[in-house]
Amino acid sequence: MENSLLLTYLILLPLIGAFALLFINKEKASAIRYTGLFFSAITFIISLFVYFGFDHSSSDFQFIHKFEWIQGLNVYYFVGVDGLSILLVLLTTFLTPLTLISSWSSIEHKIKEFTFFMLLLETGMIGVFVSLDLFLFYIFWEAMLIPMYFIIGIWGGKERIYAAIKFFLYTMFGSLLMLVAIVWLAVYASGSLGYFTTDITQLYKVAPTIARDIQLWMFLAFGLSFAIKVPLFPLHTWLPDAHVQAPTAGSVILAGVLLKMGTYGLLRFNLPLFPDASLYFAPYFSILAVIGIIYGALVAMVQTDMKKLVAYSSVSHLGFVVLGIFAMTQESVQGAVIQMINHGLSTGALFLLVGVIYERTHTREIADYGGIAKLVPFFAFSLMFASLSSIGLPGLNGFVGEFLILLGSFKSGVLNSWWFTVFAASGVIFAAVYLLWMYQRVVFGEVKNPSLNGLKDMNAREIFVMIPIFIFIVWIGIYPSTFLKVSEKTSAKIIHQVFNPEQTAEKLINNR
Amino acid sequence: MYNNIQEFYNTLPLVIVAAGILIATTIEMYSKKSENILSWFSILIFLASGFYSLFTLDARSVVLQNMLATGGYVNIFYFIFTFSAAIICFLSIDYIKKYDAYFGEYYILMQTSVLGMMLMAGAKDLFMIFLGLEVMSVSFYVLAGINRKRLTATESALKYFLLGAFATGFIVYGIALIYGTAQSTSFEVITTKFSELSGNLLFLTGVLLFLIGFSFKIAAFPFHMWVPDVYQGAPSTVAGLFSTAGKAAAFSAIIVSLFVLFTSGAMRIITPYLSVISVLSMFFGSIVAIAQTNIKRMLAYSSISHAGYLIIGLAASNTEGIAGIIFYLAAYSFMNLGAFGIVSIIEGKEEANLELNSYRGLGTRQPLLAALLSLFMFSLAGIPPFAGFFGKYYIFIAAIEAKLTWLAILGVLSSVISVYFYLRLVVLMYFYDSSEQIEIERSNTGLLAVFISAILVVLLGVLPGSLLNLIISYL
Repeated sequence: MENSLLLTYLILLPLIGAFALLFINKEKASAIRYTGLFFSAITFIISLFVYFGFDHSSSDFQFIHKFEWIQGLNVYYFVGVDGLSILLVLLTTFLTPLTLISSWSSIEHKIKEFTFFMLLLETGMIGVFVSLDLFLFYIFWEAMLIPMYFIIGIWGGKERIYAAIKFFLYTMFGSLLMLVAIVWLAVYASGSLGYFTTDITQLYKVAPTIARDIQLWMFLAFGLSFAIKVPLFPLHTWLPDAHVQAPTAGSVILAGVLLKMGTYGLLRFNLPLFPDASLYFAPYFSILAVIGIIYGALVAMVQTDMKKLVAYSSVSHLGFVVLGIFAMTQESVQGAVIQMINHGLSTGALFLLVGVIYERTHTREIADYGGIAKLVPFFAFSLMFASLSSIGLPGLNGFVGEFLILLGSFKSGVLNSWWFTVFAASGVIFAAVYLLWMYQRVVFGEVKNPSLNGLKDMNAREIFVMIPIFIFIVWIGIYPSTFLKVSEKTSAKIIHQVFNPEQTAEKLINNR
Repeated sequence: MYNNIQEFYNTLPLVIVAAGILIATTIEMYSKKSENILSWFSILIFLASGFYSLFTLDARSVVLQNMLATGGYVNIFYFIFTFSAAIICFLSIDYIKKYDAYFGEYYILMQTSVLGMMLMAGAKDLFMIFLGLEVMSVSFYVLAGINRKRLTATESALKYFLLGAFATGFIVYGIALIYGTAQSTSFEVITTKFSELSGNLLFLTGVLLFLIGFSFKIAAFPFHMWVPDVYQGAPSTVAGLFSTAGKAAAFSAIIVSLFVLFTSGAMRIITPYLSVISVLSMFFGSIVAIAQTNIKRMLAYSSISHAGYLIIGLAASNTEGIAGIIFYLAAYSFMNLGAFGIVSIIEGKEEANLELNSYRGLGTRQPLLAALLSLFMFSLAGIPPFAGFFGKYYIFIAAIEAKLTWLAILGVLSSVISVYFYLRLVVLMYFYDSSEQIEIERSNTGLLAVFISAILVVLLGVLPGSLLNLIISYL
């Protein structure tokens, strides 16, 4: 049974929760925490309904809810999910309650504001993934910046103010150019469709007919905004600052979900809307992706701060996703989609674990640790598990995504060179080096730092947060088809839209 | 004067305000408690006039010997003026008490200035524009210096008067040239003769001079010099009125007088002028605002930069542009009123607490005020889902439809710059702890005014269609 209001509930529930919080006395910390958790948990449960009601055999948008929002401009409130967005929606609703639980003891001041902003952020993120109208998409895309900005700025580390402003300005710069491109596209559409529209299912038909020269510019305007978010080398400089300064919950959401918005945007908008330009730019973006893979890994290797190391590993891992997208084969695109989820799980887990240990010792310097395996066995095991998942050990989730991407890029006709695969594959080796080396320095050996004695292991709450993540890590690693089949039809459709724009347009018109 | 009673009804918004002026003057003469009576009386007058005009949008006619248009978008302007003025009156009640600077003419002048604005928005004749402009400006000159005990207020009034008079000179000169070539000051006559006039160099010079004069009034670069000093010196409530209703009035005058040119070839001469001052205003305003330490000066430069965005709509010279300007003016008025409102609430005696540093840590001490001020800052910065974003969006649509994509791109670049200084206030309020406590007097009416503005800013952002459809259908 398909209930068209489900997605709207998903968007509204966290928002209602956020405003419900305003009526709770700010002294009642646990009431606030439970309210936040309650609303995000309900949101997760509803997203499961969406997932189980989703029809894998169709590449069309499902759970569509549409009504006219701004009449004069033909702007619709138009939401729906397909095989690409449903996984990301689930990732969002899955991670948000976990991050709220994880910050149970680490956030001690202004708890009400914190929970308020986390819930607002969840609304924004879900909105980004389900919007099928560019105007609506843009509203969520930008509005989401506000809560993230506060989360970094209020609860962040020492350099939080600098990091928050840098994060805000970088993202804003990219997205405002996208705004101009959106308007241009809508005006262009009014020329050929006869009415002004920002509905992407309509724009899928007309946008590919734009002359190639203009497509290139449009692609860049959209692409810049997404590339900053991903972040693609050399636009990544905001990321280490924001990730390191953000509180644990902020880093998890940033790495887990926010970065995916960039790659999601490339798949949802850039490829289908500007196919000619996508083919033209594919090698260039792939080169940047490969540089990002290697650069991120090399920089991660020399970090002395664990959180920074994980942050740079994101640059490297997201490089794989971008490579997968621009290789434009069935395998690579599906690999990219699954790798987005993988990265959300494994990097999310790593950030959570760094947060766990930081809460106890107040240091993230690798040199301050050593030999904690005996002191905190649960932690040591969890860190091992998350690291191996991030490295891409066969049997765990990271392997599936990276393997599919490498396979797809190897036989990609668009890239037409196996050098991409060769260089990208080196990133897998580097990942093993920097993560295992960090692991060795932190966990093995003798306890050199006397202040580490008496370190407490993970408590039940912290273990409870990790377990669901680990379940999915193993699940995707052993039986990925559960998730691959969800994105299969949608990936095929996106590739089809790139290679056969005219045919797709015709098909879409006939389907109407 | 009136041909029938309906025409009289159509002009009721103006009549209400005009009658209000007379009654208020009488009250002020005979009552000892005029301070309390007049504030609420003016609010009543403004709201009556505003809501009457909002509910009679259909009453479109041209009255008073082709001098004044009524109904349609003119009434939307009336609503913006009167509603802004009402909000300013709410704010003034406690502000004046705080400064202990009540002068009988304060509320009366506010009403005369609004009457002037209304005459400008409805004008069908250059003389009417001039009449309205002078009624408004003279009231403004006095209002700027109303707190005559303060030296800065006097300075501000004098500066405003001298530069304003200078600008009026340009406008009169422009009108003279237009009259000389068209043998009429009526827009209708000018429109019919337009094809022969559009080639006439004297006529175009007149139009350009007219525009330059108004560039002063809307605070566009390079005619902005008075703005920071006047905003800083004038009482915060009055500065709020200048930057919202005053600016909206000047734009309404430009719109009514330029509307006829849009379909003709004359725009090819005016568009470059408008584009250039638009780009310069946007960038100058945003960049210089970064260097300000006084919040009123910062808002003054922000107002210059917003004038730039509004001029994009004029340069686009299509109906989307006009609709965009009107929407933007409404959005801008409410967000700026909110910002000035909070400034006036936080401001202490003797111009204390006006430095940006006074806002340090406000998020902890005054959570409500800080949250509302952040909302206004995000809206001014053009971040969705607030009204300011939608205003910009619509202006950009107009620009791109008019093939002025480059102007839209420069517009967004300047937006990015402006985000920096708007956010800096948010940073100060939330990300720092306050070292010193500042005293803030409670003001219930002031808070109410700010609250109304905030609700309007959110509503116009989330449901922009409600106002936009009105504007489009009555354009």
